[in-house]
Amino acid sequence: MVPTKEEIYKLLDQIPDPEIPVISVVELGVVRDVQIHGENVLVKITPTYSGCPAMHRMELDIKHSLAHYGIKNFCVETVYEPAWTTDWLSTEAREKLRQYGIAPPEKSSTNKGLLLFGGPKHIACPRCKSKHTEMVSEFGSTACKALYKCLDCQEPFDYFKCI
Amino acid sequence: MNTKEALLKYILRYADNNFILGQRLSEWCGHGPILEEDIALANIGLDKLGLASALYKYAAEVDGKGHDEDHYAFMRHEREFMNQLMVEQPNGDYAVTMVRELFNDVFDYYFLQELQKSKDSILAALATKSLKEVTYQLRHCSEWVIRFGDGTEESHARAQAAVQELWRFTGEYFEMNEVDETMLKEGIGVNLASLKDKYYKHVAEVLSQATLTVPLNEFMQTGSRKGVHTEHLGYILAEAQYMQRTYPGAKW
Repeated sequence: MVPTKEEIYKLLDQIPDPEIPVISVVELGVVRDVQIHGENVLVKITPTYSGCPAMHRMELDIKHSLAHYGIKNFCVETVYEPAWTTDWLSTEAREKLRQYGIAPPEKSSTNKGLLLFGGPKHIACPRCKSKHTEMVSEFGSTACKALYKCLDCQEPFDYFKCI
Repeated sequence: MNTKEALLKYILRYADNNFILGQRLSEWCGHGPILEEDIALANIGLDKLGLASALYKYAAEVDGKGHDEDHYAFMRHEREFMNQLMVEQPNGDYAVTMVRELFNDVFDYYFLQELQKSKDSILAALATKSLKEVTYQLRHCSEWVIRFGDGTEESHARAQAAVQELWRFTGEYFEMNEVDETMLKEGIGVNLASLKDKYYKHVAEVLSQATLTVPLNEFMQTGSRKGVHTEHLGYILAEAQYMQRTYPGAKW
């Protein structure tokens, strides 16, 4: 059986991000390309952050999923170009993050550069939607998130950093 | 020195820098002064380690001896490591760790901007990716150095002591040897000497904002380009390499 590219994408879209299970590895933008060469399937993935500890898990999940689907010859290759950016998250994926309790990245990854003491402001609290929030730390529970606090409902929340 | 030899050494030098600094930062895990900083340093350390791992993987490809990336991290001896002396210096107090991070990340920030233009597409891609990360890492340590320097009498004194202690390791970043010359000629490497002015200007700006004084001593410690290290590297490797040295090829 020779699968089509669409089939493979559909299959991979079922694999959740191990740390943010509401979005798939495709929605996250980690899956960069799927190529079918005869009976061989090549999946290209890219790390979100250089040190993302979930990358090995994602690679393994993709391999399991392909094997389970009955594909015998497959290869998962890591690519670094173009560098991953939060711009690849779709509007739908952003909404899923919000409903899950993570403030999605601001629309554009415009580089804040080296502006000191100037973390993104007015990030809307995913629970009460107030923009009266403050950054607690630029480093949150995973590499891709910063820690914020809502000054109205007082709940802490994760903000998916823009890069 | 042929291009392949030079490329391998060039990759390993930057990989070693990130591996050793990542290892150093991870020592803070569970010991951070506040929970957020504990997490921050683990995050930063992981990014450095991730870059090191990608570079070691590329080194293995260039080397062509059938090793995997772990070989370069865990089976090489102290004298084979080419990391800057800066990154192997002990963590000390939090001011020392942040000043060391500042001195290293300012270099990375300018080095990676240039490396993005490398003719070597893998190095260029890794540089573009890492530059995004180094940018917020540099922001993080700059803010801390400013807080410490412009903070209490105690924190100012400690930050100034850290600056005095680590200053002599900054000169080495701009040393160019045969490896650099070869890589520069091939359009792969970066002209380190050309980064020097930008580096010291940037560092001076942060220190001035922090009300700290730029040291006047011009003596610069050197050695790492020849694999000659301070006493600290051996201890780091003893810990990092223990498992693979004791149980060679162990996997889990």
